[in-house]
Amino acid sequence: MTTPQRASAGALTPVPVLTLDALGKKCPIPIIMLADRIRDVQVGQHIAVLADDPAAKTDLPAWCALKSQEFVRTDELPARMDALGAPHEAWSFLVRRRY
Amino acid sequence: MNVPYFDAASAEPLHPRAREALLAALADGWADPARLHREGRRARLLLDQARESVATELGCRPDELSFTTSGTQAVHLALLGAVQARQSAARGPGHVVTSAVEHSSVLNAADWLARRSGTDVTTASVDRFGRVDVGAFAQALQQDRTLLACLQTANNEVATIQPVADVIAACDRYRVPLLVDAAASVGWLPIPAGWSLLAASARKWGGPAGVGVLAVGKGIRWREPLPADDRENRRVPGFPNVPAVLAAAEALRAIRAERAASSGALRAHTDRIRAAVPELVPDAVVHGDPDHRLPHIVTFSCLYVDGEALVTELDQVGFSVSSGSACVSDTRQPSHVLAAMGVLTHGNVRVSLPGDATPQSVEEFLEVLPPIVARVRDTVRATSAP
Repeated sequence: MTTPQRASAGALTPVPVLTLDALGKKCPIPIIMLADRIRDVQVGQHIAVLADDPAAKTDLPAWCALKSQEFVRTDELPARMDALGAPHEAWSFLVRRRY
Repeated sequence: MNVPYFDAASAEPLHPRAREALLAALADGWADPARLHREGRRARLLLDQARESVATELGCRPDELSFTTSGTQAVHLALLGAVQARQSAARGPGHVVTSAVEHSSVLNAADWLARRSGTDVTTASVDRFGRVDVGAFAQALQQDRTLLACLQTANNEVATIQPVADVIAACDRYRVPLLVDAAASVGWLPIPAGWSLLAASARKWGGPAGVGVLAVGKGIRWREPLPADDRENRRVPGFPNVPAVLAAAEALRAIRAERAASSGALRAHTDRIRAAVPELVPDAVVHGDPDHRLPHIVTFSCLYVDGEALVTELDQVGFSVSSGSACVSDTRQPSHVLAAMGVLTHGNVRVSLPGDATPQSVEEFLEVLPPIVARVRDTVRATSAP
């Protein structure tokens, strides 16, 4: 478990203007939500996707590469406990609209 | 009617010659080959013939070769036996190197060693085609500390052929033995020279399920990781399935010539699928090395669909394919191969053609695929709308 990565200069840390909550949704739904909403932010602005399907860790960067959008980074969200008391990982994915 | 069974990499029907050999051996080879009576001697003779035949096909010595109960068991025994033999030579828990796209049997055995005996495991990265980074692999090798390295000849999910000769050269330089997992490539590619241990599975070459092969090279240190048993050169516990082993040997003899003959046509079919899918299906990507690959396998992913739905829909129109998407497995983990390559893991379809696949069946597949993807996309969208 690593702490969320932060940009060295606080002022440069990109702030998402829109955050999509895909927690509990299985791939490809987080990707569909991102594809549907990326045009709701302006070119150069950031959008965040919160997801807990492990496939999202690969698929969000892969979608960005396919669609020529900029994948900025993955941050780990604090692990929640699932119904059986096991830690349940979740992530926040930051994407910058390029066009 | 030609049934388009496009999942040959998961299992092939028993080769007709293997079926004949199996039936004959059930009559002649049922006795315990360790016994000295007439029936036992007959079973022993058949088992020895099968061993010599498979050893010839795989390019090893008969005394190096043992039959296991599966490819997975061959990998487990190879890995655990080689590592534990060298651990006991006062080297401590040691270190193992694998690639990120090895078969789960390799990764699970390495993980088991890590948890049981504190063995350090390095997983070498691959490029976007799934080809292991030889530099990273070589850099992970440590003389006197790395007890074993493991590499597949080719990947069974994306067909990419691995640079085994380069990795063998690196292993020789650091005096690290290499386990070569040849399961995906037997019959398609020559067995690379210079392996230390070799594992494969008869099911992948038209033999029956329940037969694997483990070869331990002469002079390679190996110790039985399970309670000692006299069978199979003291490497594999339990009474060997002589009829199944004979059938496996017969299938292997038969497929070498057949695969050499069908390889060109299959490559043309997979070339066609590789070129056509991105043209016919919007937002689809084809995976794996376009050139340096097995001829019969092609894998692609379609955005915005789940792979399980595609497999089910294709099955309903008669095409049997498989998928490395997360939703197909119970674990909810996406294919570790696609994840290591950094490519789209959802909406994944693997087509692996049998030797007799026809151009017509490939064209039919390309005809049914686009409307199915479109339909599944509509359904996913309709059910995921907030």
